Amino acid sequence: MSYLEIRSVSKSHGAHCVLRDVNLSIEKGEFVAIVGYSGQGKTTLMSLIAGLLMPDSGEVLLEGRRITGPGPDRGIVFQNYSLLPWLTVAENIALAVDQVFPDWTPIQRRDHVDRHVAMVKLAHARDRLPKQLSGGMRQRVSVARTLAINPSVLLLDEPLSALDALTRGTLQDEIAQIWAENQKTVVLITNDVDEGLLLADRIIPLTLGPGANLGAPITVDLPRPRDRKALNHEPEFKRLRAHVTQQLLGYSQARRNTVSRKLILPEILPEDLELPRVHRPPRRPNEEKREVVVRG
Amino acid sequence: MNQRFSTFLGTAGYALVGFACFILFWMFLSTIAETLPSPTATWEVARPYVLEPFAKRGEQDQGILRLAGYSLSLVAQGYFLALAIGTPIGFCLGLSRTFTRIFDPIIQVLRPVSPLAWLPLGIALFYNAGKEALEYGALFTIAICAMWPTVLNTAVGVRAIPQDFLNVGRVLKLSRTKMLFKIMVPATLPYMFTGFRLSLGIAWLVIVAAEMLTGKTGVGAFLWNEYNNSNYGNIIFSILTIGVIGFVLDRLMSLVESRFKSIS
Repeated sequence: MSYLEIRSVSKSHGAHCVLRDVNLSIEKGEFVAIVGYSGQGKTTLMSLIAGLLMPDSGEVLLEGRRITGPGPDRGIVFQNYSLLPWLTVAENIALAVDQVFPDWTPIQRRDHVDRHVAMVKLAHARDRLPKQLSGGMRQRVSVARTLAINPSVLLLDEPLSALDALTRGTLQDEIAQIWAENQKTVVLITNDVDEGLLLADRIIPLTLGPGANLGAPITVDLPRPRDRKALNHEPEFKRLRAHVTQQLLGYSQARRNTVSRKLILPEILPEDLELPRVHRPPRRPNEEKREVVVRG
Repeated sequence: MNQRFSTFLGTAGYALVGFACFILFWMFLSTIAETLPSPTATWEVARPYVLEPFAKRGEQDQGILRLAGYSLSLVAQGYFLALAIGTPIGFCLGLSRTFTRIFDPIIQVLRPVSPLAWLPLGIALFYNAGKEALEYGALFTIAICAMWPTVLNTAVGVRAIPQDFLNVGRVLKLSRTKMLFKIMVPATLPYMFTGFRLSLGIAWLVIVAAEMLTGKTGVGAFLWNEYNNSNYGNIIFSILTIGVIGFVLDRLMSLVESRFKSIS
């Protein structure tokens, strides 16, 4: 019995089948990367493990127990950071710490928060609001918040996709280091093959939807710690990268020559034209329209 | 001289041009219409009220700021009543689809009703309160008319809370109360304050109508008395006073509002 197990899970959004019969077993302490194209259900898969969504059929098991809802044992780092904008860096982390460790003394909790702020090298920005931070710093706060609740599984949902290449590299090294120190079970979702090869023990490609599935896993047995510069010249790294890329390209060629694009209609609010953009899934039925475009 | 000060001067300059146009047009109109007092005639009659803004010479014959003070205190009471009732209703509308289905139609029906229509009902409702009936009636009217923008904006704000914020709460397994006060209320605050600002504008509109009908001391009652005294200059003076106070209230509220908006 594996530590985290996904058993023939299917999930649809309305009539659109996102995942079909997905199976995956992850061992304790393993670092698994799920690599795939955007919009193919990677985030849905992550939400299923996190318990934010329930599968239509099949089940997700953690240590043999069925997951029935979200919980702090599965810490998730969201793609868009999801920091609460009215709380400072320390307060954002403290909200999580206070909730998960109610038995600790206030001093213990405060120390714990400060330790995690320092771990992601943000001690100088402890009392800043998220809007005063760069994208990379925000994502580090988000990582710190998740690590501070000491989850048994760490779920990283394209945590670095919104960052520039340099910041991305730095944060990849930080994640590798944190993983090496804590030996947590990690599931990383990414669209970057190199990122997966740099960090993971195993890479699992996600096939194209609708009804996406997991492809054959590819074991990455490159020695650790992995140095990104040296890695580029490693024949094994090149071979693996070609292998994963080939597999992903194969899916894309097998597919129809059209894409279904999702358009989200703007929400019109009468009182103020300068409202901030809200990132959330559409809720009104008429808010979302689809159009089919032939790819050139 | 710094940049901001000079842009301020620029804005003020343009505004002054507007006021000058307005006064010229007023002077022009007063030469045609006999009953309309000219700006200078208006100033003449208004002078005792402006120069001694806190004087109290009689029940209705008081300095303008003292009169405005009476009006503002009544507005404040009715306004806070409106917020206290409107915000929770807005939250319920935003949170529950069923609640919206049940109560939204009745809200849409009651919302466009004029304060002048509510006032008699308000007074009748508190008929047994005797002397206080007028005041309670006015408060009732202010509260019921001013609460709608707060109700609707709060509801929109609750519905616009990003799912990610709620997911953060769900992953942490926050209790319902913590979810409400740690995540939903702060996330809705910018919308709520837009509602609060619009509500304040309406509350100030309603007070004048309410005072004219109930005869309670204040700027609106003063206006109506001066009309009955055929003292038209003071009608214009009252209108300007009401406008300036309304403008100041709106500016103050939008200052508070922009503070909350800049956080998120």
